[in-house]
Amino acid sequence: MSSHPTTNSLLRFTTAGSVDDGKSTLIGRLLHDSKSIFEDQLEAVTASSAQKGLEHADLSLLTDGLRAEREQGITIDVAYRYFATPKRKFIIADTPGHIQYTRNMVTGASTADLAIILVDARHGLLEQTHRHSFIASMLGIKHVVVCVNKMDLVDWSEDRFREIVSAYRSFSSRLDIPDIKFIPISALLGDNVVDASEHMPWHTGGSLLNHLEEVFVASDRNLQDCRFPVQSVIRPQIDEARDFRGYAGRIASGVFKPGDDVTILPSGMTSRIREIRLGNKVLAKAFPPLSVTVVLEDDVDVSRGDMIVREHNQPTSTQDLDTRLCWLSDEPMNPAARYILRHTCTEAKAIIKKVHYKLDINTLHREEEFDQITMNDIVRVHIRLSTPILVDDYRENRTTGSFILVDPHSGLTVAAGVLNL
Amino acid sequence: MNIDYNLDHLDELEAESIYVIREVAAQFERPAILFSGGKDSIVVTHLAAKAFAPARIPMPLVHIDTGHNFPETLAFRDGLVENLGVRLIVGSVQQTIDDGLVKEETGVHASRNRLQTTTLLNTIEEHAFDACIGGARRDEEKARAKERFFSHRDDFGQWDPKNQRPELWNLFNGKHRPGEHFRVFPLNNWTELDIWNYITREQIDLPSLYFAHERECIVRGTTILAHSEYLNLKPDEQPVTMQVRFRTLGDLTITGAIESDADTLEKITAEVAATRITERGGRMDDKRSSSAMEDRKKEGYF
Repeated sequence: MSSHPTTNSLLRFTTAGSVDDGKSTLIGRLLHDSKSIFEDQLEAVTASSAQKGLEHADLSLLTDGLRAEREQGITIDVAYRYFATPKRKFIIADTPGHIQYTRNMVTGASTADLAIILVDARHGLLEQTHRHSFIASMLGIKHVVVCVNKMDLVDWSEDRFREIVSAYRSFSSRLDIPDIKFIPISALLGDNVVDASEHMPWHTGGSLLNHLEEVFVASDRNLQDCRFPVQSVIRPQIDEARDFRGYAGRIASGVFKPGDDVTILPSGMTSRIREIRLGNKVLAKAFPPLSVTVVLEDDVDVSRGDMIVREHNQPTSTQDLDTRLCWLSDEPMNPAARYILRHTCTEAKAIIKKVHYKLDINTLHREEEFDQITMNDIVRVHIRLSTPILVDDYRENRTTGSFILVDPHSGLTVAAGVLNL
Repeated sequence: MNIDYNLDHLDELEAESIYVIREVAAQFERPAILFSGGKDSIVVTHLAAKAFAPARIPMPLVHIDTGHNFPETLAFRDGLVENLGVRLIVGSVQQTIDDGLVKEETGVHASRNRLQTTTLLNTIEEHAFDACIGGARRDEEKARAKERFFSHRDDFGQWDPKNQRPELWNLFNGKHRPGEHFRVFPLNNWTELDIWNYITREQIDLPSLYFAHERECIVRGTTILAHSEYLNLKPDEQPVTMQVRFRTLGDLTITGAIESDADTLEKITAEVAATRITERGGRMDDKRSSSAMEDRKKEGYF
C-alpha cells in the first residue's frame, strides 16, 4: 500500500453471488491487485491452497472467515472487507448468495451505496440474478454494476456479453435502479478487475476498480428535507457547563445552520438553532451523516425519539404503515404477536394487521395464498402501531423510511421494513 | 451539488462511531468502556469524550490488568482517567489466579492472555455491566470480519457466530434479557491506517511505547519480545538492545515489537502505510491455530 492521503471519500458497496460464480475470487482479486493483502495473509492463503493440492493461491480463501465456512467452503454470513486506493476508501459488505440467505443480502444492502451483481457468462441470467437485483432495488441502491464473469470460458466473446447486457436491461426496466453499468471480467485471471483486459479490447468502459473509484454517490444524500432525530439529551452535571443543554443525534437528511427556525416533533413547539457542536468544535453547518449536538435558543421540552425539522417541510406522522417487510427470523411470523418496532431513535408496539401478499422475488409474482411467513420471505403488510411515528418514503430518506421489528420475548431482530408512502 | 458538503472518510467513520457510542448510553442501564491502554481503546475513549461533550463520559473505563502490563501503559491510563474525570474499574488477573479460578500457564510461551477472559467475565458480572464497548476492528483478523456493532453474548459471555442479530441501516438492537450482555465495537469499520491517520489529525496522546525507542529485547524466531521479568527465557536466549516500537499493546509476554526509527505520528503513519505485515502478525496469541481468535471469541474474549 502506498501512502494514502487522508482526504478521500468513502464508498460502501455490497457484492452478491452464489457459490460458483466467483464472488470470493473477485473480492480476493480486488484486495490482491489493489495491494491490500499483507504478506502474512497471502502466505497463509498460499499454504492452505498447497495443502488442498491447488497449483496457485486460491484468493477466495482470503474472504472465508469462520471455521464452519472454511470447512464447508461457503460463506454463511455478511462479512465486511476494507481496502483503499489513493482515490477512495472502500467498505465491502460481502453477502452469501444462496436462496436461504436473502436476509443477509438485505442486511448488506441496507448500508450500501452500490451493488455488484455477478453473472456467469456461460449461464447468463439466473433466478438469483433477479433476486439480487430486486433486493438492491428494494433497498434503495441507486448504482448497480453487473459484472459478467468468466469471460475466459466463453472465448472473450463480445456477442455473448451483449446478449447478457440486453437480457438484463429488459428485465431491470421493472426495477427502480437509475444507474446500471456492465463490465465483462475474468476474476480468476484478473481481466478488467483492476487493470484493463488485453483479451477484450472491444470493451472501452474501463475496469471495475476504475468505476468504483469514479462513481459519484455524494449526490445520493438528501440535503433538502431537514430531519434530525434526537438520540439523547446532553446535560453536563459539572460546574463549567451547568446551564448547557444540547440535543445529540445524527443528521438523517437536510442541512442545519445556526439561526435556522426549527420545529420539534411530535410536540410542534418551535425554536431557533443557537449552536451546532461536534465535540468542542462549533460548526457553521451540519449535514448527513454527521453526528452533532444541537443547542436551541429556547428552553423547550425535547427528548430521545423526538425529531427536529423545519416548519414547512415535515415528515408524515402515522400509526398505520403499509409497508414491505423482509422476514429475518427462524421463527415464522406470528399474526397474533405484538412486536416492538424500532425506527430512528424511537420505539412503538406493533401488530401486523394484515399480510396483503407474499412476493416471489424470482418472478416478482404476488402470491395471495400462503401458509405462513418464514425466514427470507418478502411480504407486503399493514402494521398498526401503539403511537404514531415520523416517517418519509424510503426512496427519499433511508433513515426515516426504514425500521426493524423486534421480538419482545427473545429480543431478536425478526424483520426489516422499507416504507413506500 | 456543492463541493462544500463533501466529507473525508475519517469524518464519516467518526460520525458512525459517535452514533454507536451514544446508542449504547441510551439503550443500556450499565454500560462501560473496555480500556486496554492500546491505541484503539484510546481512540474509542477520545470518540466517547467527543460524543458527550461538554459533559463527561457517562460510563466507567474498565481495565483488565494482567499484572504483566507495560508500566508505561498503566501510567498513561491513570493520566487519561484523571484528565477526563471518568471512573476507572480495574479487574485483576492476579486476583483471579489467587482466588484459584484459573491456573497460570507455564513454559516459554506462557501468557496470561487466555486467563484474562475469566477476569473480564467476572468483572462484568460483579458490576452487572450490560454493555461493554471495545476497540476491536473488523480488519484485524478473519473471525472479526463478521462482527456486529452490537454483538450479543449469552449468560456465559459466549459469542455464537451463527446466532448474531442482523444489523440493518443504523438501527441497533440492544434488547437483552437479564444476565445477557453486549459487546459493542464502534471502530468496526476502521482500518489500522484509518486509526493512525485519525490519531495524527486529532493529535491524540499515546503511550510512549508506540514510538521508536531503545529497549532490551529477546528475539524469538521472527518475533521481537520486550525483555522483562515476566518472560520465561529459553536457555540460549540473550537480551539485545534494539531500536523498536510496538504496533499493538498487549501483555509484555506476547506483544511483538518491530524494528523502527519512527518516533513521530507522521513517521508512524507513513510506516504503517508502507508496511506489508498485518499488525496482529506480531501477536503470538493468534498464531496458536488458524481459528485461534474465533475460539477465544466464543469463550468471551474481547
